[in-house]
Formats: sequence, C-alpha cells, structure tokens
Amino acid sequence: MNLFKKLVLVSAIGMCFAPIVNAEMSIEITEGIESAMPIAIVPFASQGASLDVSSVVDSDLTRSGYFKTLSPQRMPAKPTSADAINFPDWQSVGQNYVVIGRVQPNGGAYNVEFQLFDVANGSQLLGYRMTSSANDLRKTAHHISDMIYEKILGKKGVFSGRIAYITSTRQGDQSNHKLMVADADGANAQAVATSIEPLMSPAWSPDAKRIAYVSFEKRTAAIYTQTLATGQRERVAEFPGINGAPAWSPDGSKLAVTLSKDGNPDIYILDLGSRAVSKLTKNRAIDTEPTWSPDGRNIVFTSDRGGKPQLYSIPVQGGEEKRITFSGSYNARASFSPDGKFITMVHGNGGDYRIGVMDVNSKSISVLTSGPLDESPSFAPNGSMVLYASRKGSTGYLSAVSIDGRMQQKLVFDSAEVREPAWSPK
Amino acid sequence: MKFTKTLATIAIMSALTLTGCSSDEEKDASLTDGSLNGGMNDASVSGLNDSSGMNGSGMGGRFGANGGKYGSKGANGLPPEFSDPNNPLSKRTIYFMLDSSQVQQDFIPVIAAHARYLLANPSQHVVLEGNGDERGSREYNIALGEQRSKTVAGMLKAQGVSESQLGIVSYGEEKPVAMGHDESSWELNRRVEIAY
Repeated sequence: MNLFKKLVLVSAIGMCFAPIVNAEMSIEITEGIESAMPIAIVPFASQGASLDVSSVVDSDLTRSGYFKTLSPQRMPAKPTSADAINFPDWQSVGQNYVVIGRVQPNGGAYNVEFQLFDVANGSQLLGYRMTSSANDLRKTAHHISDMIYEKILGKKGVFSGRIAYITSTRQGDQSNHKLMVADADGANAQAVATSIEPLMSPAWSPDAKRIAYVSFEKRTAAIYTQTLATGQRERVAEFPGINGAPAWSPDGSKLAVTLSKDGNPDIYILDLGSRAVSKLTKNRAIDTEPTWSPDGRNIVFTSDRGGKPQLYSIPVQGGEEKRITFSGSYNARASFSPDGKFITMVHGNGGDYRIGVMDVNSKSISVLTSGPLDESPSFAPNGSMVLYASRKGSTGYLSAVSIDGRMQQKLVFDSAEVREPAWSPK
Repeated sequence: MKFTKTLATIAIMSALTLTGCSSDEEKDASLTDGSLNGGMNDASVSGLNDSSGMNGSGMGGRFGANGGKYGSKGANGLPPEFSDPNNPLSKRTIYFMLDSSQVQQDFIPVIAAHARYLLANPSQHVVLEGNGDERGSREYNIALGEQRSKTVAGMLKAQGVSESQLGIVSYGEEKPVAMGHDESSWELNRRVEIAY
C-alpha cells in the first residue's frame, strides 16, 4: 500500500491548473408562435438592488416564446402601484396583462413585491411579497416568471430550472472538456468538472442535487456521481470496458448503466447504496442508453439486436424485452416525458439524425427538428419542450423545441463546442 | 476487489509514463474517494456556486495527463521500424466502414505485423483505442468503438498474442482526429488506434 500511496502522490504532482473561462450563452427565438400573449412588465420600482428584477422577468417570458412583452419605451406610463394603473391606456396599446412591482431594501436583504393584472377587467390575478438576499435576486426573478407563466398558461414554468451540458475546446493537440451547469436562461454558467480527457452523459438526480456522468480522465471510462453544492464526488462504476450511459431511478437510489465487463454492452442496475450491480439485459448485441419510465417500472434502451439501433423496453425486474420503435432506420437515446406519455429520441433515416417524439400509447413518432446531426434530446421538467444538441457548420449548439414543434429556441455560446444538454428535473 | 487493484495500478502506471504538465501547485485530491478504489481523482471538480447573484469563476484546474496521440504519432522509445514508412508497423491506425466493425482487407497485413511484434516482445503492452464518427447517439457510438477494438483484439489473439498484452478502450465519437463534418473527416474518425 505504501508504494500505491507514493504513486498517487507522484501522479498528483503531474496535475496542472488553469483558470476556468466560462462561455457566455445567449438565447434566440428562431421560431415563435403567432398567438404569443401580449404582456407589459413595467420596470419595478427599485432601490439599491444590483439586479434589474423586472428585466429578468421580461426576458424569461419573451424567451419562452409564449409571451410578447412590451418594450418600456412604448409603455403609456410606468406605474409602480395598483392605484396608479389606468387600464384603458394599456388596452389601447394592445396589452392583455400588466405586471408591476417593487424591490426595496430590508436589512441586508430585499423585499420583492409584484402584482399581475388582467387588463380587460382590471382584476388582480397574482400578488406576492417575497424576501430575497441580494445574491438570490435572479432566482427570485425566475420564480416570479414561473408564477406568471403558470397563472396565465396553466402549466408550470421552467425558468427556475438549470441545465447541465458538456463543452469541449481544442488548443492544438489538446482538448479541454467541461461539465457545465447554468441557469435555464444561460446565466451563471459554471464548470463543475474539467478534464483534458472526454466527459460524457450528464444525468440529473431526481432531486436535482447531484449529477452522474462518465469521465475518461484515467484513460478508461468510469461513472461518477457529484453533489453540486459541495463538488464532492464518488466513483460508482469502474469495471473493465464500457462504463456508460448513467440514468437515475425515479427514487434516486439506483442507476441504470451500460457495462461491457461480461463481454458485450448490456444494461445493468447499480444500487448506489450497496454498489451491487445486477445484469438486466442479456443479449449478444449492443444494449445501451437506458432510461427509466417515470413510474420506475420499465427501462427503455437502445439495442441493435435487430440489425439497426431501435428502442426496446424491459421491466426493471427483468422479463420480456419488447421492441417499441418501428419507423425509421435508427432510433436511439430515449428519454421519457415527466408524465410518462411521450418518449423523445434520436430518429435517423439514411444518415440524417433528427429529434423525434413518440406517443407511448399509439407508438406514432413526430419529427420535431430538421437535422441532420441532432442528438441528446431530453424533456423540460414541465414536459412542454425538448432540449437537444445540434450543429450548423462547424458550430455545435443547444436548441429547444416545443413538443408541438411550433416554437424553437437556439441557445448560442460564444466559443466552445457544446453538447449533451440535460434540463434539471426541478 | 482483485481486478480493481490491477486497474488502479494500470491507471497509475500509465499516469507515470505521461509527461504531466509542470505545476508548482500540489493540489491534493481531497475529494470523496470512490469506493471501487481509493485512488486520486484526476479531473478537477468544483462545488456549484449556488447563489445566483455571484459570478461563476469557480476554482478549477485541469488534469495533466497527456492527451496526445502517442500511439499513432510520436512512437516514443519504439524501435526504428515503427517510423519506417515502408514497414507495416509504421501504420498504427485501422480504419472502418460506416456502422461496421469488420476489418477491411488492406489492414490485415498491418494487424499481422503488430501481432508478430507483440509475439516477439511479450512484455510489450498496447491499448486498442476504438473510435467512431460523430453521427448518431454518443453512447451507442461508444459501444460501436468497443466492437471495433474487440475485432482487432480478436485478430491479434488469433495470431497468438496474449490477452494480457492487450488493453481495450472506446472513446466513441469523443476523440475525433479530423474536425470536419463530412465524409472525408468521418472516414478518418472511424478507427482503432494501436497505442504502444
């Protein structure tokens, strides 16, 4: 063991450190919907706050594609209290809703208040007061956006969530790979792991506190879980061969993974408590990319047992394996919608790879994107959109598309190659 | 646990053979050890700065393992025949057709030459690094890359090379050598590198 320790020390000295430069992200709506809801977010009365809360709310709602906000220059007035709102003025500039608010210091923190009004009848639909630390003002703004979105559209907003993704940059012969986590609007992007060897397949735990991923930092594949708040991580699988494609069980106690330790790639269930692994699929073909149905009963995975990669389903306890995709020569990398009614996947035909969504009951697949190199789709936590990686020319970027295909956003980074996005489940 | 110890040793041995970048900072890996082996953690990781108002310039660094292609290019410390373009040993990359792990006719003599060298040098170890092009899903491409490595390993073993001389890893589409997004790049990326 002494020798072992000495060797570890020697290789530790070989590490080198460099500052992390975060790529800035911006989001463009590339396809909006015509029926976007007109809403005026009046600049909040604000004292001393370092962040303009109302402009964050404004850009959240705009970015969703479901709202069309009014620029402050075109507003008939800038009321900051309910009795100062003259509703006919707002009606005459075509607004359906008005939001006003105030941000005032309270000790070391801030009181943030906002109200949402229906312009047609002047009624208040929402009114909240929250306390926020200076550091949490952006989070509070996203929370307000979520409440407005849900009140008007009747489904949960996704502005408070985060996204994980992988970036890769090259300098000469050397690559630099990062596992990044950012707010859903691209702000606050931070590298949570960095390596000159590939990092892959980030997967959020159901409580959104941990991420499982694959790292080749030892020049072989291993699966890690990392707690975001502390950076603490554990190596949970390092078998000979492939250690890949981690997917959390809905209760967070297990990972479905791909291992090839017994020969060819199969799906295994890894118990995170005991670290025991049990083999679930036993086919001689490639079985990989497992994902859990939200009820925890079934695993859907990619297999080429029929010649080409297609999606199959198997009960978590083992049992009959059923093919579930029948259209397209290539269906892979499945991911369930939160309600379990849809599966999104990479859907390929003749070398063209697009994002598809399959209705689990009817098995019919709708193609949402135009390809040709789209990959790694996953649902937003409210099920309304699918986030995926795409490429135009030499630039890899992330994109989100509504599941009816009507709304499309592009998440643009200023430099690095970006891929494998995953939206946090909460 | 036996095999994990062996793995750890292999990982460390390979770390030792790499020219780590110089650093006067000796950062210990005070991260939670994985339970499979208690070695160091080589990627740098950091806690997430959760307060949304703060900027994201977290701590961080890079692991200094050599990411270079010492298998196909440098031929560090290898005998002269490895850099003689007329010797098949100078070829250490096997290319594949789309979606295939069949070795094409052209590469059979190359693999045979490496088999002879490995037979004559039983203490020599090579890693067969499988790779694929960027099309399709990433984890599926990891599996395809492994199939390619295993095909080459099988041919070497069939010619008498000992399994203990062979390591296998698949990088899927994660380590392209050609950065374009067309067939001329893809065909260079569908490969197994015989890394001495």
